[in-house]
Amino acid sequence: MDFGLSEDQRQIQRTARELLAERARPERVRSHAEQRRLDEDLWRELGELGWPGIAVAEQYGGQGLGLVELAILCEELGRSVAPVAFLPTVLAALVIEQAGSAEQRERWLPGLASGGTLGALAIERDGVAELALGASGAEVLVLAQEGDSRARVYAQEGLDAADAQEGLDQREGLEVSGVVERVDSIDPTRPTARVAVPADAGEALGGDVQAGLDRALVAVSAELVGVCERALDMTVAYVKERKQFGVPVGSFQAVSHRCAQMLLDTERARSATSYAAWAADADPERLPEAAAMAKASASQAGIEVTASAIQAHGGIGFTWEADVHWLYKRALLDASLLGGAKLHRARLASLL
Amino acid sequence: MDLTFSAREHAFREELRAWLAENEPAPEPTEGGEDAHYAWRRDWQRRLYDAGWAAPAWPVEYGGRGASLSESAIYFEELGRARVPLPANVLGLLLGGPTLMVWGSEAQKERYLAPILSAEEIWCQGFSEPEAGSDLASLKTTAVKDGEDWVITGQKVWTSGAQYSKWCMLVARSDGDAAKHKGLTYFLMDMEQAAVQVRPLRQITGEAEFNELFIEEARIPEENVVGGVGNGWKVALTTLMNERAGLGFLLQVRLRQLLDDAIAAARERGMLEAPGGSVLADALADLHIRCEQIRLLAWKGLTDIERYGQPGPEGSLVKWLWSDTNQRLTALAAEIVGAEALTDGTTWSYELLRARGNTIEGGTTEVLKNIVAERVLGLPRLKAA
Repeated sequence: MDFGLSEDQRQIQRTARELLAERARPERVRSHAEQRRLDEDLWRELGELGWPGIAVAEQYGGQGLGLVELAILCEELGRSVAPVAFLPTVLAALVIEQAGSAEQRERWLPGLASGGTLGALAIERDGVAELALGASGAEVLVLAQEGDSRARVYAQEGLDAADAQEGLDQREGLEVSGVVERVDSIDPTRPTARVAVPADAGEALGGDVQAGLDRALVAVSAELVGVCERALDMTVAYVKERKQFGVPVGSFQAVSHRCAQMLLDTERARSATSYAAWAADADPERLPEAAAMAKASASQAGIEVTASAIQAHGGIGFTWEADVHWLYKRALLDASLLGGAKLHRARLASLL
Repeated sequence: MDLTFSAREHAFREELRAWLAENEPAPEPTEGGEDAHYAWRRDWQRRLYDAGWAAPAWPVEYGGRGASLSESAIYFEELGRARVPLPANVLGLLLGGPTLMVWGSEAQKERYLAPILSAEEIWCQGFSEPEAGSDLASLKTTAVKDGEDWVITGQKVWTSGAQYSKWCMLVARSDGDAAKHKGLTYFLMDMEQAAVQVRPLRQITGEAEFNELFIEEARIPEENVVGGVGNGWKVALTTLMNERAGLGFLLQVRLRQLLDDAIAAARERGMLEAPGGSVLADALADLHIRCEQIRLLAWKGLTDIERYGQPGPEGSLVKWLWSDTNQRLTALAAEIVGAEALTDGTTWSYELLRARGNTIEGGTTEVLKNIVAERVLGLPRLKAA
């Protein structure tokens, strides 16, 4: 048994962390968030580095690595709260790669892998998906049916930002008669939309949709782990600095024990997420259970750890100026993405 | 990342599992109280010993199998899975022996290790005192040199198995003028002397797993000092580090079994389909996640030590998470089985009450949080006397 990363994987992690420390500095994230704009320069750079295609097979233009490597990137992007469409794009690619026909993969994966095409994945109920992450602006939208292992793809080419506001139209022979309407979420670092489509629109994915969704859960969980890590780092730094009653507030056990709890929650989520990423690559039979555990614990940890970070920052933590709220908002959105903690515990209970 | 066991580890598990299947312990005695129970565990250890399974982690030269840390963890997982009793001399096997292997003289290793393994001589641990619990280094039991002997006076508490023990791992203050951690010495004290009185300490479950020791001028020869005079704190830390290592894997498996029992009890009663069943399912799924995380974090901690020589923060986190989870689990089980858990003498009532000790023994949760905050997160230490 070895829970450590390989030398290559550590290299990916180091490179990602260094790049994002430089290109997704807090002030840059803030300025994009305040304008509700994605960072297109950063996205282009990530595409050139092959990040969106890290887990896509080489025959479709990806790097052919696994979920462990993808999770490393998601975690680092979560740490930086980078305003890029990475997560929705890789989620769409994961489902298409697992559930699409050879022809469908051929058609969509190269674009998603290069970053040239933006993707999105959402769960719809009765033809509607609320706050679908990345759906406005996405050219390839995968909609999975709630409580079912079916999914359809709605795609078009050459959508620009203006079109995104108008909704999807018909291109490339795909029947797309749904409507994508941008709806601002509380997290301004990434766009979201309300999607309403008739059930017979789009193109069905005939393969194993659940296998794709389970991998998608791992990616979201990894981003949440990164968000937790950053929230804890910021909090520890703050409570060491901030003095009240003549001592750093981190020396009070009410505060330091809160930080210890944040670490426990983070490490719990990380252990389940690493296990699920490993299972996806090496032991897929264990993936359904592992993915449900990962998403349940990462969703819970994400919300609790970032909320705790706000509390430990005291009054400043409640201000717009402190950067902790971006983490809290990202965690809230990610926690509900593809189902929250309770939903995945319910799924787990049915597997027990 | 590779979360599979090696061929060698598989073989180790299979060999042990096969042996345990062939060698069930005698039935647990229902009469004769604590003494009969202890004799039963002693017999069990002798059978393990005869088959070379008493302490696989010990080096071959001392009668072990030279098992790796992972194999040792597998050993405890399998003991837990087979639901066999702990060997009688668990403290000697897990704490005393390994401490002597690090700090003991050749003569001490020669003299003490073999009888630990065979359960001929039982060991107990005299660390905690009524006034020195979490703040262990403030202990007051004194050791005064008198000719070739040390004379010990004081009181110890939470000494399990003291009434059956020949030797006590005793930490006492040999220099009252030295700084708190520097004036301590680690001794092996012969329990068979009138100056040492053992009194059972009845706990909230009604039984007495532990004892108090009243020591009035007990004598310990100089040759029974372990690791040098004044070096007791360091030697004690070796013992304490071993305390957390192996047994955790047995406890982790027991927790899993208890959860499976609770799930089975809920199913038998049709509670998951009844109104409110989804609330129960949610709580059981949460416990399932926690159990899996304890397993993953315990293995991560162990394999990090094996591969990188450095323990991560997992040790304290695992103990904290395990104790908290066992309390949640036994409380939920009490809701599932109802009156049975509140009826004296039942397994569930015992588990419910015993779980209260989990967040205290072997490091209180409060101290574990301090350790995590200070040593892992690097937060400033609370100023205390």
